Amino acid sequence: MSDTIKIPLLFGFVALLIIATGFLQSWNTAILILNMGLISAIMALGVNLQWGFAGLFNIGVMGFVALGGLATVLISMPPTPGAWSAGGYRIVLALVLGAATIMGAVVVWGRMGRGRARSIAILAILVAGFFIFRWVFDPGVDAVEAISPATTGNLGGLGLPVLLAWPIGGVLAAGAAWIIGKTALGLRSDYLAIATLGIAEIVIAVLKNEDWLARGVKNVIGIPRPLPYEVDLQNSAEFVGLASNLGLDPVTASTLYVKLGYGVLFASVLIIILALAQLALRSPWGRLMRAIRDNEVAAEAMGKDVKRRHLQVFILGSAICGIAGAMMTTLDGQLTPGTYQPLRFTFLIWVMVIVGGSGNNWGAVLGGFLIWFLWVQVEPIGLLLMSGIAGLLPEGSALGAHLIDSAAHMRLLTMGVILILVLRFSPRGLIPER
Amino acid sequence: MDILNAIVALSNFVLVPAVAYGSQLALGALGVTLIYGILRFSNFAHGDTMAFGAMLTILTTWGLQAMGITGGPLPTALLALPVGIAGTAALLLATDRVVYRFYRRQKAAPVILVIVSMGVMFIMNGLVRIIIGPGDQRFADGERFIITAREFKTATGLSEGLAIKTTQGITVVSAVVVVALLFWFLNRTRTGKSMRAFSDNEDLALLSGINPEKVVTYTWLIVAALATIAGVLYGLDKSFKPFTYFQLLLPIFAAAIVGGLGNPLGAIAGGFVIAFSELSVTYAFKKVVNYLAPENLQVDALVQLLSTDYKFAVSFSILIIVLLFKPTGLFEGKSV
Repeated sequence: MSDTIKIPLLFGFVALLIIATGFLQSWNTAILILNMGLISAIMALGVNLQWGFAGLFNIGVMGFVALGGLATVLISMPPTPGAWSAGGYRIVLALVLGAATIMGAVVVWGRMGRGRARSIAILAILVAGFFIFRWVFDPGVDAVEAISPATTGNLGGLGLPVLLAWPIGGVLAAGAAWIIGKTALGLRSDYLAIATLGIAEIVIAVLKNEDWLARGVKNVIGIPRPLPYEVDLQNSAEFVGLASNLGLDPVTASTLYVKLGYGVLFASVLIIILALAQLALRSPWGRLMRAIRDNEVAAEAMGKDVKRRHLQVFILGSAICGIAGAMMTTLDGQLTPGTYQPLRFTFLIWVMVIVGGSGNNWGAVLGGFLIWFLWVQVEPIGLLLMSGIAGLLPEGSALGAHLIDSAAHMRLLTMGVILILVLRFSPRGLIPER
Repeated sequence: MDILNAIVALSNFVLVPAVAYGSQLALGALGVTLIYGILRFSNFAHGDTMAFGAMLTILTTWGLQAMGITGGPLPTALLALPVGIAGTAALLLATDRVVYRFYRRQKAAPVILVIVSMGVMFIMNGLVRIIIGPGDQRFADGERFIITAREFKTATGLSEGLAIKTTQGITVVSAVVVVALLFWFLNRTRTGKSMRAFSDNEDLALLSGINPEKVVTYTWLIVAALATIAGVLYGLDKSFKPFTYFQLLLPIFAAAIVGGLGNPLGAIAGGFVIAFSELSVTYAFKKVVNYLAPENLQVDALVQLLSTDYKFAVSFSILIIVLLFKPTGLFEGKSV
């Protein structure tokens, strides 16, 4: 079957699944799946750029997604009154000093000759820099965190429109990716994997512990929305009139309006990124990327700067994940660092890319929708299955109750089985690379 | 006296826990490094293999306890260990037959095997959560301490106490026994030698008539034992929670890589390097400093370099530093 028939068919099938959810369960669930599917598709595009185009094994997706989430807080929340004068500037100064310490150590590393003198100099710079950093940093943090800790206790954001946070989230993730790429990209594939896994855990640890930044595990709630609140819509006479013209009651109409509004916003971002990714794939740059992926040595022998290209694609892919992360936090309206789990935010995205078809943008998008749909729906299906098994067991048996309780964990099992089956029987995915 | 007190405080909070934690990491890293040496891929499912083995052992322990069989002063889990190892070995061998063997025959790229092991990780994680649930499980019984802080204080007359938990003692003793057995096996027996030959040079090993399937089977069996023991010891020492086992993947891999992937001796050294740095960087040295510092220089601050939650950052930084400056690890590992 040619791609021109196969791709619309597969997408039509996923659309059908989501529409069926609307009829069988509720339209609310269906639109939620659609919205998160759009975000997942964007994340999958980011990973596809790194793995599918360039063969970079990044399993730190969660970290970049979380950085995007952090961006929404930093951009859109109102600034905490008095926090900046209390200790904010001090914190910024400390961070600058910390960065300067590392820069200094790197410069010394480059300038001085090999030997014991250099090791001692670098060690001295790092140790002294660390203590100066803590000396400046700690009082600032204490001052900021002391400001009404129950509601704020952080620096707050800039109070700008939340939509601005999406590109900024991408920039933040790109910055982190640059640092990681500079240090870890020269490493072998599985070393890079471990390094990115570690970075992701560190990003989450920072989000959880640095209360002055985004309140840590106390969570930031009530992030401003790009769309009006349902209540405001229901109170507006104009909207109620419009809804009654369409034959909907105001409550349903307002929920639908907001959810579909998000859907339209996300879909436009997805379309832009997908279009850019397609252009990149077909451009000389995309061909170069695939050439490097397939034979690094040959590409290098042709005079191509492999390291530079890798860094480029690593930053781009991570930035896309950051944008998606910012979008997700916007949709949730809150930042909860405790909910970031690698299985959900890193490895699930990988399942999407592999199942969809690595190296093919359409495949990544399809994988994003399909796997997200399954991730949501396996739980009720698993519950049904478990209840069925429990029904065969004698009434009130402990095993039956246990099975029903653990139905929620069927998702992980199912994802693993899907991943292994696809890798075994259709290793190039549903929509293979051309 | 103050110097003694400082040493005791340091041992109590850093050295003793680090030796126990280091042994657990070393056992985990040995498993990772063996798979890397023989099967030539980084097994991401290792943390969940440890969780699976520990889970089987916990279930058996509960069964034994229900039957009234206990280990006396020792944890009952030690009696249940063989069952856990056998079950895990069966699971790993089945996984190898169903999943990994296909790719081995195809001579697939290592990175494909890594992704496959991600799938196995999902399945094992799901299995563990379905069977025992995602919550915390405590299964340590028997004597809690070898020496309690109070006994130590009355015995020595120092103001600082040194407590050694039974689980810490057991961890170290069993780690030493397991490592000794492993090295005896690898260096003295025919199968062990063929495993090392296979790891050093696969083609040459095949030419000299070594059966690769047999080598692989033995590797999985040893890995099952190592992973289960490491998992049970960690669970006894701290507590069993499936998610923490997944997170152990990072320090374990850091230990294996720091020591040199594929090098068993390096894995042990790496485990202790990671454990000691993690604990000493995140320990608040206030007490120790105040014992050593003169009267007028007492400190009020915690003297803690990093908060405990940043322990991942420690193993990670060591990993990056070693990789940047000595890419094959402290001991010569292999790079594929």
